[in-house]
Amino acid sequence: MSEIVLYSVLTLGVVAALFSTILYVVSRLFAVEEDPRLTEVVEMLPGINCGACGFPGCAGLGEALVKGADDGDISHLNCPPGGADTMTRIGAYFGLETGSAKETVAVLRCGGSCEHAPAKNSYDGPASCVIAHSTFAGENGCPFGCLQYGDCEVACPFDAISMDPVTGLPVVDQELCTSCGACVRACPRKLFEIRPVGRRSRRVWINCRNTESAVAARKNCAVACIACGKCKTVCDGIVQAITIENNLAFIDSDKCIACGKCVPVCPTKAIAATFEPPQPKPKKTEAESADA
Amino acid sequence: MSTRADHQNSAQGPGGARPDTTGPGAARPGLLVALPPHERADESVARIMWAVVLALIPTTLAGLYFYGIRAALVTLVAVAAAVAAEHFIVRYMLKRETSTVTDGSAVVTGMLLAFNVPASLPLWQIILGALVAIGVGKMAFGGIGNNPFNPALVGRAFMLISFPADMTTWPVPGAARMSLDLSAVTGATPLGIVKDVGSVGLSALDLPSYLDLFLGRIGGCVGEASALAVILGGLFLVWRGYVPLPVPLAFLGSIALVTGIAWVVDPGVYIDPLYHILAGGAMLGAWFMVTDMTTTPMSLKGRVVFAASAGVITALIRLFGGFPEGVSYSILIMNALVPVIDRHMKPRKFGYGKQAGAAASAGGAR
Amino acid sequence: MSKYKTFTLGGVHPPANKLTGHLPIRDLEPRGTIAIPLSQHIGKPAELVVERGSEVRVGTLLARASGFISAPVHSSVSGKVKKIDSVVDAQGHRREAVVITVDGDEWEESIDTSPDLLEEIPLDRRMIASRIADSGIVGAGGAAFPTAVKFSIPEGRSVDTLIINGVECEPYLTADHRVMLEQADELIVGTRILMHEAGTARAIIGIESNKADAIELLQERIRIKAREGKIPEGFITVLALKERYPQGGEKQLIEAALGREVPSGRLPLDINCVVSNVSTAVAVYQAVQKNRPFIDRVVTVTGHKLVAAGGGGNFRVRIGTPVSALVDAAGGLPEDTAKIIMGGPMTGRAIPSLDVPITKGSGGLILMDASEASRLAVKNCIRCARCVGVCPMGLEPYLLEKLVQHERYEDAEKEGILDCIECGSCNYACPSNRPLLDWIRLGKGKVVELRRSRMRGNQ
Repeated sequence: MSEIVLYSVLTLGVVAALFSTILYVVSRLFAVEEDPRLTEVVEMLPGINCGACGFPGCAGLGEALVKGADDGDISHLNCPPGGADTMTRIGAYFGLETGSAKETVAVLRCGGSCEHAPAKNSYDGPASCVIAHSTFAGENGCPFGCLQYGDCEVACPFDAISMDPVTGLPVVDQELCTSCGACVRACPRKLFEIRPVGRRSRRVWINCRNTESAVAARKNCAVACIACGKCKTVCDGIVQAITIENNLAFIDSDKCIACGKCVPVCPTKAIAATFEPPQPKPKKTEAESADA
Repeated sequence: MSTRADHQNSAQGPGGARPDTTGPGAARPGLLVALPPHERADESVARIMWAVVLALIPTTLAGLYFYGIRAALVTLVAVAAAVAAEHFIVRYMLKRETSTVTDGSAVVTGMLLAFNVPASLPLWQIILGALVAIGVGKMAFGGIGNNPFNPALVGRAFMLISFPADMTTWPVPGAARMSLDLSAVTGATPLGIVKDVGSVGLSALDLPSYLDLFLGRIGGCVGEASALAVILGGLFLVWRGYVPLPVPLAFLGSIALVTGIAWVVDPGVYIDPLYHILAGGAMLGAWFMVTDMTTTPMSLKGRVVFAASAGVITALIRLFGGFPEGVSYSILIMNALVPVIDRHMKPRKFGYGKQAGAAASAGGAR
Repeated sequence: MSKYKTFTLGGVHPPANKLTGHLPIRDLEPRGTIAIPLSQHIGKPAELVVERGSEVRVGTLLARASGFISAPVHSSVSGKVKKIDSVVDAQGHRREAVVITVDGDEWEESIDTSPDLLEEIPLDRRMIASRIADSGIVGAGGAAFPTAVKFSIPEGRSVDTLIINGVECEPYLTADHRVMLEQADELIVGTRILMHEAGTARAIIGIESNKADAIELLQERIRIKAREGKIPEGFITVLALKERYPQGGEKQLIEAALGREVPSGRLPLDINCVVSNVSTAVAVYQAVQKNRPFIDRVVTVTGHKLVAAGGGGNFRVRIGTPVSALVDAAGGLPEDTAKIIMGGPMTGRAIPSLDVPITKGSGGLILMDASEASRLAVKNCIRCARCVGVCPMGLEPYLLEKLVQHERYEDAEKEGILDCIECGSCNYACPSNRPLLDWIRLGKGKVVELRRSRMRGNQ
């Protein structure tokens, strides 16, 4: 009996010793040299591999940061989801200046809600914007507007986008949005735009992407931009931030001072603002709530 | 984080704000717009599954005839347990709005499970087996279509390990048709008898005749009784186009081939191939297990290879393994290899043939 | 084994539902306003040559071809150009079109409007080619590829067989069937012209066996022509094919008729074939012999409710006529119409409104009620392998669907997604109602994009 115990212990002991030796030798022989800074920098990044920095995942940006630090310049690199905090910490770690990226947020450029652009047709197919987009112009007939199947909601890695059951449109939660750009890539109609958050979160944008003629656009949607130019006239007297091209106005966020004077003059209420715009005339002008 | 595929496959409809517009009845404005094709075949999962149930009816009747009402009771209990288990899991654990039991797949699983046990099995054991078959074998993987292993065989494997004695005590056919207690009249299966050959030699054994094997006057599982009944059901499925004929033939053929070689080498120890394909679960396996859609490869080529391999493994288990029967284990083993077969056994593509290649090189680059 | 030839791989057999096969072609008089889109073909849109207020007659050039793959557009009515505007196409997108107010029915003088059959064909190939190109003929089978481009055989290539596609394998449609019955002689002359153009002495007219009357009639006419010495024996043959979808697909038809496979990514020309639709061949006859541009086509208007109420039929419709006018002429829209399909039920588009104009490529209008039209709830794939079994290209639709859903486009490319001919057999056969083709179509687009960006990368 004791012999059996002895032999078992001996055999197992020898096997264990043998394997541990092999493991030790192999780990030494094939050890990969890794820059310790890389691990630490990657630790500082959010670790969500969103790709908004332009590199394949956080490790990619980490490598670029380490390489940049060796060259003495990391100002061209930025982590949009991490924001200023992350970049400041990384800058401090390397003792280098980081890029002064503006804080940005994703905004939807469509106001074609169920109310403003009622459905004329019914789509029968997979609940997917990309497929619906390949099928036809859309239930409301606007070939530029939101299809309302929520590909952006699915694509958002931060749960910052939710579909509003009343308007049918996606709503971006500014607090959660890191402007990683996943929604920009997911939307088959390119309705999302990454814009600066703006001072005190005040921002103004054209809430439409329809480049059809005024008549055609209005046929499908009450709040389509008809390129009438009234906003441009107002803005030209202030900062010249508005341009009109292809039957569609555009507000340059670099020039816009978010005064909001263009909002009430729009006859179709196609301009959205995140704040209550000034109302110069006593005429009834309902402010478009941007985040609604 | 949900993936794109989850989103679009969700039975609960889209994640978006639009209401789920699939299915007729919902009030919808204007004309319907959808991508082509606008026609669909008059076919559904439920139709396929209920056809399989229908195909299993002759075997049920054969079981009833040879093993008595106890066989019918076992079948009923197994089906009821399987259906109840699926309904409970879908509605109360997964919290889906509609139950999937109406598609009939749980009924099929329950029947196949009952056909793989002796009619004398205690009912609580078959209930447990059905719960394992549905819960572990099917729903744990995502329900119908997602299970890598045949649920009925998972249930059977579980029972064979858990209740080895009850699972290998076989009622004698026709002995106690009206009795609910078959424990008094047990015998051996033909393959079990053959397995004992070592001590006495084949010629000394008291074996049932081929006709008995074919019609069903033998000891065994409920569904093993009558080869004839199984073949009838199988041919019905072939006629309906749900079973490609080469698949069961490949399974039976490869069993016959391997056992035939053994028989030729030593007819004193090994029994002939005809006996092998008529006895035990070979017929049931051939027509209802290796032809299961979900757990077999996608291309016809792959399905034939799958069936032939399962047949070889079955024969090897029967000839050299510890068990007298090997159909269920061989199919479970092959189930695990389905992804490999799918990867390597592709259907022939149009425009890649020899002749097409020759034409391409003759045509020159465009 | 059937006595009829067919293709080898896959295929389905949907109920034929040819409800209007016995109804002769009726002319639909143009009236009101019509809108003729400038892009009714694959390739670049045509270039406008008229303006608002221009007086036009039937056959007047409205827009000329721009670039190699393009086709001119002619006025299909006489009247006045009301405006150049955008109209919704079959997918609800706005496309530029010439809107004309119809006034009378005056034809351009150069067009021979007599009903006489002209059998003498001109022998100058260049002249034939320019007539075909100038008349704006596009493939009438649905893809709308400019016929002139298809028949401009490049240097060093030769065609040994011309296949005329009279298969009409799509359920419901009967337009080609009626054309074969009512314009058999024109079809034969058109075929001869195309043979001359392609430089071949063999033509096969492929027809499915369910159109026995058309097969018989054409065989009879060809026999008579041969006896009269107008065409050599065996010059044109009629081939009866087994009923099977998608036999009318170019690749499937060639294989069924000749046993040759078009190699992946190649054209029929690479195996010395050209395929043309019967209606296209008739249009070629009219263009070359009568100098008549492509201004009308036969459209089947059908649907169970419509035909049961005594409506429906085959109509010769001027290009640009709105769907609403055609539906009205065919008996009016049944009350519970839920879907209108332009083209066949397997490959046609469900149109979003009745304002969509008939174009050169639209061969049918099918009106369906909700129970016929709605898709059923999508269920789990049960790996039944029907999609694999019915795919005429030998692909694995279930796998392609998964790969595209997971955005694995490179793997989808390796699995041959670009070989898909979008026949819809997989969707049709799926017992779980999975939208396989929706995803595959999307994936094809993505893979094409991927290839383009790869090519840019290599430059």
